[in-house]
Amino acid sequence: MHELFADELKKLRGRFMEMGINVSEQIYASTKSFIDHDLKAANKVIEDDITTNKEEVSLEERALKLIALQQPVASDFRAIISILKASTDLERMGDYSVNIARETIRVKGNPRVNEIEKAIDEMTKLIREMLEEALDAYVRNDEKMARKVALRDLEADKQYILIRNNITAAMQQDSETVVANSGYMMVVRLLERMGDHIVNLSEWIVYNASGELVELNPGKKDPEMVQKLLNDKL
Amino acid sequence: MQPIITTKNVKLSYGSFEALHDINLDFEKNKITALIGPSGCGKSTYLRCLNRMNDLIDGVTITGSFKLNDLDMYDEKTDVVELRRKVGMVFQQPIPFPLSIRENVAYGLKLNGHVAKEFIDQRVEESLRQAALWDEVKDRLNDSALSLSGGQQQRISIARVLAVRPEVILMDEPTSALDPISSAQIEDTLLALKKDYTIIIVTHNMQQATRLSDKTAFFNLGNLIEFDTTEKLFMNPSKKETDDYVNGKFG
Repeated sequence: MHELFADELKKLRGRFMEMGINVSEQIYASTKSFIDHDLKAANKVIEDDITTNKEEVSLEERALKLIALQQPVASDFRAIISILKASTDLERMGDYSVNIARETIRVKGNPRVNEIEKAIDEMTKLIREMLEEALDAYVRNDEKMARKVALRDLEADKQYILIRNNITAAMQQDSETVVANSGYMMVVRLLERMGDHIVNLSEWIVYNASGELVELNPGKKDPEMVQKLLNDKL
Repeated sequence: MQPIITTKNVKLSYGSFEALHDINLDFEKNKITALIGPSGCGKSTYLRCLNRMNDLIDGVTITGSFKLNDLDMYDEKTDVVELRRKVGMVFQQPIPFPLSIRENVAYGLKLNGHVAKEFIDQRVEESLRQAALWDEVKDRLNDSALSLSGGQQQRISIARVLAVRPEVILMDEPTSALDPISSAQIEDTLLALKKDYTIIIVTHNMQQATRLSDKTAFFNLGNLIEFDTTEKLFMNPSKKETDDYVNGKFG
């Protein structure tokens, strides 16, 4: 009886990791399609998201079945709940990738701003690094590492504000770039939101490891924090 | 909060075999405490110490301190019958006496010297109401208790304990011989009784412990491994041993 449960839980963890890796690739593919102005790649991201959505539903079904039929408690219970909650965050990040891919299609053919696209590429790298570190922390059940990942969200917020300022300036300089810039604005906003979901993911890793429900989003604890950091820097 | 029962450094041996090793455990008033652990862990043995049911077993040595409020339970001067009135017990199997329903409930009262019919009738009704059985049996109080279902018989056993107005009720797996409906009725009964009584229950059913109890004590191999609020013990236990046991990884 218990071996069956352990087996099912192992499978569930495996599926969750797979989903995480797929979402990370989705983020990469969507921003790459955006920067490369690649319609074909953008359409592929939109199609592939169907898989992510299906993965989430199947993950939820498995998790709910385990809870209903095996009534896990303590660490087994936390393992399932954290997957159930964190998979929602992953799924949402997949949706954001689709939104980015849609921007690729919308903005295609309009005059662009190279420096801003470079900055978006940098921010994407940061977000993907954060996601991969969070997944790593999940595999290791490493609470400390998860907390460290969440802290990196400050960096993402900083980049978001800086790029946003550059976007406004670029629009003022050259009205030809307004369509592209409105796309950039959307994309950096979505990347910034992804950072928040990675923080949520980290919170579930902490819950799984310690049983503690924590708020790790530095910006939520102090909404002025990012601006203050930027002021200090300037 | 001042506990109703305080036990310190409890050790119990059957001959040279020590079955309980230095148990320290207190019970709060008007709370349900669950004792859990694998078979042979000592939880029932410990429970039976609380109204001196182990006294009758040959070769048993019990040391340590047991207090019910200020009463030293194991003092020579302590009246064991009176102690068992204050600390009642319900067992795994319902124990209907081959008597009428009324006589079953009144049994303890008569044993305690009560004879006035009016008083007895009143106590019988109150106790059957508290045990959530009154509506089912009020029209056939003179029928044999043996004619009742298992779940009803168990509630008769509870009513019999309640009739003598105990302070604490000990229960040793009171629903393990019952079907889920009867078990649920007993559980509802216990939750309702909590406001007037302190309940200590041994159970092998983890879900029953989580549904019913405020606090849970986990025993293993004669040791008290962990004692905490039921919520903490089943959500985030401090000991790996507890975590493994509540998830059925051993025992």
